[in-house]
Amino acid sequence: MSGVSLLKETGPREVFCGLTSIVWLHRRMPDAFFLVVGSRTCAHLIQSAAGVMIFAEPRFGTAILEERDLAGLADAHEELDRVVNDLLARRPEIRTLFLVGSCPSEVIKLDLARVAERLNGALKGRVRVLNYSGSGIETTFTQGEDGALKALIPLMPPTKETQLLLVGTLANAVEDRLTNLFKRIGIQKVFSFPPRQSTDLPAIGPGTKVLLTQPYLTETARALKDRGAEIIQAPFPLGVEGSQLWMEAAARSFKVKDSLVKETLEPLILRANKALIPYKNQLAGKRIFLLPESQIEIPLARFLQRECGMELVEVGTPYLNREMMQAELELLPNNTQIMEGQHVEKQLDRVRQQQPDLVVCGMGLANPLEAEGISTKWSIELVFSPIHGIDQAADLAELFSRPLHRHDLLNQKQLVHV
Amino acid sequence: MELTLWTYEGPPHVGAMRIAASMKGVHYVLHAPQGDTYADLLFTMIERRGERPPVTYTTFQARDLGGDTAELVKRHIKEAVERFEPKALLVGESCTAELIQDQPGSLAQGMGLNLPIVNLELPAYSKKENWGASETLYQLVRGLLKEKIASETKHLPSAWKTEGRRPRVNILGPSLLGFRCRDDVLEIQKLLGENGIDINIVAPLGATPADLIRVPNADINICLYPEIAESTCNWLERNFGIPFSRTVPIGVNATQNFLKEVRELLGMPVPNHEEEHLSRLTWYSKSVDSNYLTGKRVFIFGDGTHAIAAAKIAKEELGFEVVGLGTYSREMARPVRTAAKELGIEALITNNYLEVEAAMTEAAPELVLGTQMERHSAKRLGIPCAVISTPMHVQDVPARYSPQMGWEGANVIFDDWVHPLMMGLEEHLIGMFRHDFEFVDGHQSHLGHQGGLSNHEQKQSIEESQHNNDSDTSSDSLIWTSEGKAELAKVPFFVRGKVRRNTEKYARQAGCRNIDSETLLDAKAHFRK
Repeated sequence: MSGVSLLKETGPREVFCGLTSIVWLHRRMPDAFFLVVGSRTCAHLIQSAAGVMIFAEPRFGTAILEERDLAGLADAHEELDRVVNDLLARRPEIRTLFLVGSCPSEVIKLDLARVAERLNGALKGRVRVLNYSGSGIETTFTQGEDGALKALIPLMPPTKETQLLLVGTLANAVEDRLTNLFKRIGIQKVFSFPPRQSTDLPAIGPGTKVLLTQPYLTETARALKDRGAEIIQAPFPLGVEGSQLWMEAAARSFKVKDSLVKETLEPLILRANKALIPYKNQLAGKRIFLLPESQIEIPLARFLQRECGMELVEVGTPYLNREMMQAELELLPNNTQIMEGQHVEKQLDRVRQQQPDLVVCGMGLANPLEAEGISTKWSIELVFSPIHGIDQAADLAELFSRPLHRHDLLNQKQLVHV
Repeated sequence: MELTLWTYEGPPHVGAMRIAASMKGVHYVLHAPQGDTYADLLFTMIERRGERPPVTYTTFQARDLGGDTAELVKRHIKEAVERFEPKALLVGESCTAELIQDQPGSLAQGMGLNLPIVNLELPAYSKKENWGASETLYQLVRGLLKEKIASETKHLPSAWKTEGRRPRVNILGPSLLGFRCRDDVLEIQKLLGENGIDINIVAPLGATPADLIRVPNADINICLYPEIAESTCNWLERNFGIPFSRTVPIGVNATQNFLKEVRELLGMPVPNHEEEHLSRLTWYSKSVDSNYLTGKRVFIFGDGTHAIAAAKIAKEELGFEVVGLGTYSREMARPVRTAAKELGIEALITNNYLEVEAAMTEAAPELVLGTQMERHSAKRLGIPCAVISTPMHVQDVPARYSPQMGWEGANVIFDDWVHPLMMGLEEHLIGMFRHDFEFVDGHQSHLGHQGGLSNHEQKQSIEESQHNNDSDTSSDSLIWTSEGKAELAKVPFFVRGKVRRNTEKYARQAGCRNIDSETLLDAKAHFRK
């Protein structure tokens, strides 16, 4: 491992919980419904995080626990059955129902696995009912996706065939592009997980080689391994370099000829590097401070430092899985300050002390920092935007250069009349 | 258990945050799991606040639950008090912490801290945001003033006369994330100032704990938003004898009644002629251009205060017909029901936006006054809409001064409600003239992709389905003859729905089954008188 400084702190945290990942998961699988079993806080959190007011009927909701549900768990089970039956009667198009555990449901030990089992028995395959936890006491933000994917794995059919499986939600257009590129280098059998339809699950088995698209899928990777799959170690496909190394790792694993890979990727790399130049000019030498939230902070930091020339003041991450991040950590410069966990007040003290040019943070902190004269980028935007792959590198850089560009525009001297 | 796809109100601790964030020198330690910090964005994103709400979350995780969470709470309280040096501390818990029963309020009180501590118990599984805000303000005022109760002499609201000063009042209720509170406060302060009345304090917005201790120095209280301040006003009346005004000054009539009530409470002379007023609403509503507003069917849904006020303005000041009235606020259900009864309709009390949308569709209004959610429903149905109530959206915090209360508030309301209708009329004209050669196809309206022609067609189809429902439910199936249909088609379509409804009503009354052009003219004559 390289010479990064791995630090840790605890204290008050300013991060979303795993329920937040429902916001992109429900869009990826339009035939699935995410039913949070929780409180009014859970319902309010998801609608606030997503700014949801645009749907006639969204594909997620909350079964809000009330006082009498807390009084007797037996009644809570009956109540949940009733809510699920009402919901499925209303929404016959739902094929997969995720029961999502929350902080209150975990604390009262409402066994959603048992509920799912019972409902599966009653529904006889008409709708598949799964469960996972998105609770804040157990998960942060993107970890919710890890739980949802892990819950789907037992339903994946077995296979012994050699195939490539891309794991982690990608924007549809990015997914198509990456699949197409793998086909160009001769990897014909490429599947994605999660799929675009919840019922259209890819098969899994000893011949499957897994390439993770997102760095927060620890449990999913472990469960896929248990089904016989091999996890390809690579950096994550952010930026030109990361995406290249990611594709090359897959190519090596499939014994693709180096020359073919080179031939295929070289023009893409040339074009992407050219597209990066204006952003690089803007970002080079600028100092960036990443607060922990989305778990993609470390790969982002690697891209911003190595390809955009930014200086890393501090790289926060909600939690650090060294095995998962190994390839990324090796690419970071010596003495990079990696901070696992958070004491938000102390961290903000360091931000003020260091006065970075740009801070990556959650929505609760962005405007207060802007009001102090510090430019910010919301981390939630990074999980909603198509940023993966060589072709998207310039778009990714643009997300960081825009706040700086705007800062410059608004701080220009007034135009002098001639 | 209640299936909720979207909720009008947040949990009660968000209400407590609204009070803490509205004030200065107050800090709130919230025992809550990781993730509950999302609530900060309500203030920093929706209201564009340049500072974080003064809240320390304990953000406990599963691994903390095995250990000593009480110690965790105390550590956060200690750090928060040292770092922020508040003048008063609120201590409470969110839904999950309520289940663990660490009693953070009692823990804080046992720490020997030298500042007022208010223990907030806000039942998260039965109450909601506005209740939480109301309870927090009440507990805070009570906590700071309870020792002064005995020392107070009898309160005389007209004491200002003998003390040789202007009367002074407290304005209670305005808070962050309240609808246009920021501007309402300025408007009401101005209004009272012009009428010789001084302000003692405004709370919670901008108040310090020291300000709250000065509450009894006022002659009366003004309860500006009953959702937030009524319980506090009641307590101050019971324990300090301070009376409070109940009229919410939204609309010209209500502002006049408000001034009258305040003067009466203060023992000021009340002019027996009608109050002179400075709002343009009355004249604009009388002006000939407003003729087309007559009898517009309006559907109203929101919090209690704004929904009731909107219904009164719609009926009395703009000459609309209120065809629906409701609220998501259980605490305000009774006054909303009373207001609806006076209008001869039944109130809709629900927290389910789909029920509201269904009621809206059923009522087939020409204007919707609601929350941001009703704006979306109305958009889908192609009906013009103005937003009159929380829950807050970034659009409800405009850069310009735009109160709802007082004279200027009435001006703002006239513009906000009538402009969507003006454009509504424009929509019809676009449809009407679309066959003219000057008409440029693809004309875009404010309704975006739903505007223009498709909007017109959608609206017609709504009217038609409405019509079909009507005839399905009535046993006397009416038949429009082809001649009748042709005559109806000649009626400009923006009144066609109304003409059809009236004609059918007349036909039923007159007992004729076939509707031809004569029936149509008879009906027209009948309804003219």
